[in-house]
Amino acid sequence: MSQKPVEIKDLSLNFNEQLVLHDINLSIEENDFMAIIGPNGGGKSTLLKVIIGILTPDKGEVKVFGKEPRKARDLIGYLPQNLSFERDFPINVFETVLMGRYHGLFKKYSKKDHIAVLQALKDVGMYDLKDRQISKISGGQMQRVFIARAIVNKPKLLIMDEPMASIDPDMQRSFYELMSRLKNSMTIILVSHDVGAVSTHVDKIACLNQKLYYHGPVENAANGLEEIYHCPIELISHGIPHRVLREH
Amino acid sequence: MLEIFQYQFMQRALIAAVLVSISCGVVGSYVVIKRIVSLSGAISHAAFGGVGLGFFLGVNPILAAIPFSIISAMAIGGVKQITNISEDTAIGILWSVGMAIGVIFINLTPGYAPDLFSYLFGSILTVSNIDLYIMLILDLIIVSIVYLFRREFLAVSFDEEFSKVVGLPSLLIYMLLLALVALSVVVLIKVVGVILLIALFTIPAAISKQYTYKLRKLMILATILGIILTSLGLILSYIFNLASGATIVIVLALAFLISYYING
Repeated sequence: MSQKPVEIKDLSLNFNEQLVLHDINLSIEENDFMAIIGPNGGGKSTLLKVIIGILTPDKGEVKVFGKEPRKARDLIGYLPQNLSFERDFPINVFETVLMGRYHGLFKKYSKKDHIAVLQALKDVGMYDLKDRQISKISGGQMQRVFIARAIVNKPKLLIMDEPMASIDPDMQRSFYELMSRLKNSMTIILVSHDVGAVSTHVDKIACLNQKLYYHGPVENAANGLEEIYHCPIELISHGIPHRVLREH
Repeated sequence: MLEIFQYQFMQRALIAAVLVSISCGVVGSYVVIKRIVSLSGAISHAAFGGVGLGFFLGVNPILAAIPFSIISAMAIGGVKQITNISEDTAIGILWSVGMAIGVIFINLTPGYAPDLFSYLFGSILTVSNIDLYIMLILDLIIVSIVYLFRREFLAVSFDEEFSKVVGLPSLLIYMLLLALVALSVVVLIKVVGVILLIALFTIPAAISKQYTYKLRKLMILATILGIILTSLGLILSYIFNLASGATIVIVLALAFLISYYING
């Protein structure tokens, strides 16, 4: 596949007559691990929804692996932001992941689908809990299940909306360990409003607040961040003893 | 005491109890897990407009309620898509407007509407053979649609956004689910009436939900529970000479309390 995972040109989008995304240009290379960061309401989730083809832009062009986003759905895995289901919803871990293998009306899930689900659960380390009801596991485990659902089709592009919001800070390490394994086989985009939480782990950053201010390697991102947050930003993450900037 | 089962109206009432419990168990399970209880309440009250229309036109009020409740279900489900009116507001408006339309139609109908009360609060003892046939056919339609679209209904109830991403026509499926709610409302009108039916819709499923995490089992359990509790309410209302719909609702509520207490 020589086409770029995501190629966005001159994209603008209004929502209820408000400009949410303005003149976005973004291209993402294969096996990039990119974070889109910016303040709440800056249009991050909207941009993701454009990439997965749930929203259509008013202006501009979006290509996912050279195709219209809707036609590239087989290649995309998606982790939604907040899942607000009934606590004792009658579904277990296995069935939750199985939804990722949906084929269309009147089409049953096959043996192959079941094997793919079990494999995805192994990949995220949740195989042993496959028969648990979905609320009878911890927040971090639940997120792994939803990541399994996102990767059960072996997507080439994994898109995650605020994955940090639903887990404890001490779960972040295992989350990034999982990501570093996954990024060998797919391109990953995540959005977050928390710069510190992502900057030590991702390879590239895009800064978004209606306009896209910067995208590229993490080390150079400070300027873009200053522009969107309107104050100087020091790219040193708290909590974890890591330097974001290379030694120099 | 057993002689009460020899009465034909009692036999019909018991069959009605079974038929309503099927639609309550199946559709009520979705209503509870998808958290569309108040939406279903609006559909049920709006259905009264159809009952009034039926009186006015001189056709079976239950039949007239079918298109009426389906249209109101579509209106509530669709309003978010085409306008920026919130679903909550739409629920509130349709809830009372449907009732108002019903009352106006009944005003316009010459003469007196003697069993109006039974459509409001239910009257399981006056269920006719035709009513039973209508209920049976609607039950069959409901159960077959649920069987055909069980994967889609589960996915949409659980996570609408993700359903869209995997290419599921989630809006269409949601609308179909609301249409099923509308049909179930019609099944229930004669037994508990538009005002009380939401209890029968939710309580059996809400109790059963405490005992199983499999949707199919939940539906079966809720149906069986519905049959037992509705019949119990029916018999108690006969013995103590109380309004049947209200007695059934009280029995359901007590069962819910007891089950909640047992499960802590």
